Amino acid sequence: MSYVSTRKVLMLGWEFPPFHIGGLGVASKGLAEALVRRGSQITFVLPHKVNINHPNIRFLFANVPKENNDSFHPYNASNQKRVCDLLKNTRFYGQVFDHILLFAIQAAELTAHEDFDIIHAHDWWTYSAGIVIREQSGKPLILHVHATSFDQAGRGHVNPQQYAMERKAYHAADSIIAVSQFTKDTIVEKYDVSEAKIFVVHNAAQTHATDLEPIVGIEKLKAQGNKIVLYLGRFTIQKGPDYFIKAAKCVLDYYKNVYFIMNGTGDMRGQIVTQAAELGISDRVIFTEGFGREASRLYNVADLYVMPSVSEPFGITSLEAQLAHTPVIISKQSGASEVIKYGLKVDFWDIEEMTNKIVAVLQNEPLSHFLSEEGFVEAIQHTWEKAAAKCESVYDDIINLFKRGPS
Amino acid sequence: MLSICPYFHVHQPYRIKKYRVFDIGQDSEYFNASDETDLNNLKVLKKVARKSYLPANETLLGLLKKHPEFCFALSFSGVLLEQIEEHLPEVLDSFKKLVHTGRVELLADTYYHSLAFFYSRREFERQVKQHERLLKRIFNVTPKVFRHTELSYNNDMAKWAERHGYLGIMAEGWEPVLGWRSPNFIYSPKDCKKIKVLLKNYKLSDDIAFRFSERSWAGWPLDANKFAGWVSNHHGNGNTINLFMDFETFGEHQWESTGIFHFLEALPGALLANPDTTFMTPTETIENYESVGEIDVPHVLTWADTERDLTAWTGNEIQRYALSSLYDLEKDVLVLKDKKLTSDWRKLQTSDHFYYMCTKWSQDGDVHKYFSPYESPYDAHISFMNILQDVRLRIKEAKKKKRKQRISKKYQNINQNAPRTSLSNSNS
Repeated sequence: MSYVSTRKVLMLGWEFPPFHIGGLGVASKGLAEALVRRGSQITFVLPHKVNINHPNIRFLFANVPKENNDSFHPYNASNQKRVCDLLKNTRFYGQVFDHILLFAIQAAELTAHEDFDIIHAHDWWTYSAGIVIREQSGKPLILHVHATSFDQAGRGHVNPQQYAMERKAYHAADSIIAVSQFTKDTIVEKYDVSEAKIFVVHNAAQTHATDLEPIVGIEKLKAQGNKIVLYLGRFTIQKGPDYFIKAAKCVLDYYKNVYFIMNGTGDMRGQIVTQAAELGISDRVIFTEGFGREASRLYNVADLYVMPSVSEPFGITSLEAQLAHTPVIISKQSGASEVIKYGLKVDFWDIEEMTNKIVAVLQNEPLSHFLSEEGFVEAIQHTWEKAAAKCESVYDDIINLFKRGPS
Repeated sequence: MLSICPYFHVHQPYRIKKYRVFDIGQDSEYFNASDETDLNNLKVLKKVARKSYLPANETLLGLLKKHPEFCFALSFSGVLLEQIEEHLPEVLDSFKKLVHTGRVELLADTYYHSLAFFYSRREFERQVKQHERLLKRIFNVTPKVFRHTELSYNNDMAKWAERHGYLGIMAEGWEPVLGWRSPNFIYSPKDCKKIKVLLKNYKLSDDIAFRFSERSWAGWPLDANKFAGWVSNHHGNGNTINLFMDFETFGEHQWESTGIFHFLEALPGALLANPDTTFMTPTETIENYESVGEIDVPHVLTWADTERDLTAWTGNEIQRYALSSLYDLEKDVLVLKDKKLTSDWRKLQTSDHFYYMCTKWSQDGDVHKYFSPYESPYDAHISFMNILQDVRLRIKEAKKKKRKQRISKKYQNINQNAPRTSLSNSNS
C-alpha cells in the first residue's frame, strides 16, 4: 500500500457554519477542518454563494438559486401526513429535485479542471453531483451518509423518489461512510448495499466557547429553585418533540419546580406549541430558536438535555450537551447511543420511562453530578481528529484500489 | 503432603424489580418481578437450580461416596437459603445430604451477603448472628471459620473474627499483599494471636472458575489430569491449595456443554492419584498446619476485578450514594420493629445491588455485564433509589401510626385513672 502524502479532497456539501440549519453543517465543518489539520487539502463546493472566508479551506460556489424558506433543507419534510401531501402535490420535492439536478450540473462544470484524488459527498442532496463528477473525473466517490430518508420519515413511509435517488447513489459509490452502526444497518437492510463497502465513522463535537454570557432570565428561575430540562433540535417527526412534550406533562406530576426549554424550528413547531397549551403546561415550557453561541448558552444553563429522537443517525447535540457538563437522556434509536456510556437511554416511545429518568436526574444530585462529570470526559474523547483519521484510511484504501485500475 | 481445600460459595440475591417513580407509595413489593427478565428471582433460582445446584450436588455426593478422602466447604448466603427453603425444598434437601456426610464444612457469613461491616458494625454483627441461627436451624451446624462478602478482608475484620471465636478467616492470595510469599501456606493476620487466614490460590481457582471454557487461553482445553499436574507442581513448596470459587461455576458460569461436570467428576480422583495429596476442610487445614508468617492488610482486599478491592461495589458516586442513603435509614427502620420493613431494608443491603451499578467499562466491565440483569448501571441505580423513597414513606407512615397509638393509649390511661368525682364535676 502506497503512502498518500497529501490527499486532495473534493468535498460536496449543502451548508457550512455559520450558514447552516442543522447538524449536517456542523459535521461537515468539524470533519473538513480536522482533515485539513491532519494534512489534507480540501476544496469545498457549496450550492450558492455565501460570505465565507476560511483560512484553510477553499470554497467553490455553484449558482443554485437560494430559497428563502426555512423548511427548504435536505432533512426537512416529512411527517407521514406531509409525505402523503407531497406525493399528491410534488411541488416541494419537485423543487428539491430541480435543485439537486442543477447542483449536479453546475458543480461538475465548476470542478472540471480541478485537481483532486477523491470525491467526498455529504448527504443526499449532493449525491447526484458526486456521481456526475465521478464519471467526469474518473476519481473515486465516497458518500457520507448523515441520514437516510427512513430517518427523516421517522421510520415511516419514505418518499419513493428520494429513496430511489439514495439507492442509486449508494450502489454507484465506491465507498460509503455512515455516521453510526445504526445508519449502516439501515443502508444494508433497506437499500441492499453490501456491508463491505460501508464504514462507520462516528461524529464528534466541538467544545463550546468559553466566553459565553449566562442567560439572565433563566438563571433567575434557577435561583428560585427551578431545574431546566432542554430539548434542542428541529421540530420534525424525526426528532420526537411530541414525545418530549408528553413526558414534560408527566414529569410535572412528580416534580414541580422545573421548566422545559424547547429550542428549534421546523414544521411541527406549531403543533407542539398547541399541544403544550392543551396539556395545560404552557407556563412551564419556554420556546426558543437559538443557534451557535445561543445553543451553547442553552446547554450551559440546562440541568438535563433530552434527545427523544425517533430515528437519529447520530445526534451530535448529545455530545454538545455533554461538553457543557449537562447530563443527557438519549433515545436508544440513535447513533450517539453507540458511543455514549455516561448517559441515560430510553426508547423514544416510552414516555413513562423517559419521565422516570428525567425525574431521577432532577432529584438525584449525585447521579446528575456523576453523569455531568463523566459525560464531559467521555465527550472530549470523541474528536473530529479521530473521525478524520478513520476517513483517511477509507480514502487511502479506495485511492489505492483505483490506482490498480478503477472498477 | 499437600492438601487441597475447596470451598464453594452459594448465593443468589433478591434482585429488585424495575421500580419507577410512579410506584413510590403505591407498591412496596420490591423483589417480586414476575416477568420473563432476569429480575424474576424465582425464574433465575429455578434456572440455576436446574443447571447448577441439582446436577452439581449429585456429582459432589457421588464423589463423597467414592473418595473417602474428599471433603470441601460451602458458604451459603442466608438470602439463598431462604429462597430455596421457600420455593425449592428439593434443592435444600440435596445440600442437606451433602452436609450430612459430615465431610462438608459450612462457613460463617452475613445473612444478607452485605457490606454492612464497612457501614455499620452493629448491623453486621446482627446479620452474622442471624446467619448462624439459620445454619443451626437448617443444618444443625455452628460454623467455625468466617468468610465475608466477596471475600472482602482487612486487618480489622480478622481482629473482629478472632474476638468472636472463629478459628479462621478467608482472603484473596493477592501478590501485592503477599509480596514474595506463597498463598499455599497459612498465615496469621496482623495483631492476631489465634486466628489463621486461608488465602485463595486465585490462579488455580480462576483456571476453573473463569478460564475453563475460554478457547483463547493457553490452558484450554482443561481436563482433570492436566489440572492435577499443575497442582502437583506445588509439592514441596506449599501445604495447602485453597480453591475458592462460586458454586455456580458448575453449570451456570461454566455451562454443562463446556464439560465442567466431567471435569468436576474426575478431579478428586486425578488429584488423589498422587499419594502425597489429600483433601482438607478449612478447619482441618487450620488445625493441621502452623502459620508461617504474618499478613498485613490495612486496606480492603476482595476477590473481584483486577484491582481486588471494593471498587466494583463502591467505586463510583452513584454506588456510594445508594449505600450511604441505605445505611442512613438504619435507626429509623430498626426502631419500628416492623418485620417486613426490616427484612426489606436488609435485602436491599445485598452487595449485588451495588455491583449492578458499577460503571467500569473495561474487561472487568464485561464480567459485570454478564452478571447484571439490568439494562444499564443507571437503571439499577434509579430503581434502587426510587425504592428507598418508598422505604422512607413507609417509615413515615409507621411512625405516624405509632404516634397515634401512643396518644390513644395515653388518653386511655388518663381516662382510666381519672377520679370519678372530677368526671361528674365536669359534667355538672
